[in-house]
Amino acid sequence: MKALFIALLSLLLSLPAAAGSKIIATGGSTSIEGAAGGGIVPWAVINGYASSDQWSVNSFTSRVGVDDFTLQNFGIGASYNNQWELSLTRQKFNLDTIGGDLQQDVFGLKYHIAGELLYSDLPQISIGLQYKKHRNSGLPFAVGAKNDSGTDVYLAASKVYFAAVAGRNLLLNATVRATKANQLGLLGFGSASDNSYHYMFESSAAILLRPDLAIGIEFRQKPNNLAFADEQHWRDIFVGWFINQNFSLVGGYVDLGSIAGLTQQQGYYLALEATF
Amino acid sequence: MKATSFSGLWLSLCISVMAVLILSGCSQTSTKDHLYQQLGSSAGIEKIVDGLLVEIEQDPQIVHHFRDTDIPRFRKLLIEQLCELSGGPCKYTGASMQESHTGFKITQADFDNLVRHLMKVMTAQNIPIAAQNQLLGMLAPMYGDVVYR
Repeated sequence: MKALFIALLSLLLSLPAAAGSKIIATGGSTSIEGAAGGGIVPWAVINGYASSDQWSVNSFTSRVGVDDFTLQNFGIGASYNNQWELSLTRQKFNLDTIGGDLQQDVFGLKYHIAGELLYSDLPQISIGLQYKKHRNSGLPFAVGAKNDSGTDVYLAASKVYFAAVAGRNLLLNATVRATKANQLGLLGFGSASDNSYHYMFESSAAILLRPDLAIGIEFRQKPNNLAFADEQHWRDIFVGWFINQNFSLVGGYVDLGSIAGLTQQQGYYLALEATF
Repeated sequence: MKATSFSGLWLSLCISVMAVLILSGCSQTSTKDHLYQQLGSSAGIEKIVDGLLVEIEQDPQIVHHFRDTDIPRFRKLLIEQLCELSGGPCKYTGASMQESHTGFKITQADFDNLVRHLMKVMTAQNIPIAAQNQLLGMLAPMYGDVVYR
């Protein structure tokens, strides 16, 4: 997987930087499930720099390292017309202290319905779905999940407010997600006692210190379906640097609460994205 | 314990963002008076517009929209508009944004390119980020009157 990524990256580097028209940073970063957004929250923005009638491709890798777990994500995506976004992501979850690992694939689709992030009073509004499927289903069923696959549907609204904070632009995002997933789906979907969709609220706020440099905070509400262990809401603080229209780098501090019975899971978040 | 203190930190960050938002909302009118000066008054605005014209000329995506444009007149009107918008002693004498862009079929990509050119030109002239953002915030809502007309 790493070799593939390096090969892909060097291939992309050798191509002319055919970036689109969008303003720097307005494609966001790529969140852990492959959708353009912050670190843990999908935003209404469409990945990359493709404006009207333009298309772009992107690849990303990110890593979340907390006390007892490591989550590695790798994905590719494409977008068209600042309207459609497609993504394919593989998540590898290592249970560092418990032992073992598992993999989940996420297919993501996002459609920009209305509003323009920078230009309209109405926030940019997008609807998205994420179909998630385990590659080996042992662990989800062992912890009491009902399924080893599931689909999240979300509605996101994002808007940039110019010169809102000490002359700096402010991005606000709110997302509502319907989901059955336990810990993103890494611990399966639903449980014997609760296999219904839950509506979860997610939000992000970021200040653009410069057009290419953002600092922000995020919150992601989580369901609590499994009997064997509590699941808690997630939070992070991040810094994102949009080096140019081809590369961005995000680093953050995350608090994932309790995971699989191990409490106070805190640590780092790192993401690298390439887009053309 | 650790989780609780982090949650408190997150909450206080949210509250401070809100507080700054409210405060900056109050101070917006007083900074607007200085925007014209921060853009470099009339000489600065002329330089911005001239820089923008060079960028437009070099951009195959949008230059065709200006094929039949009277450039000296366009330059004069744009200077007037930026001057008036930023609180300077000018009066914009051109047509409304909607009238002047109808029939050009300007796309989102065209508009995005112009915004990027303006940001580049202002940065090259060392205009403070806050002033750049303020001007962009005044121009951005014109999007609806300009594109796909």
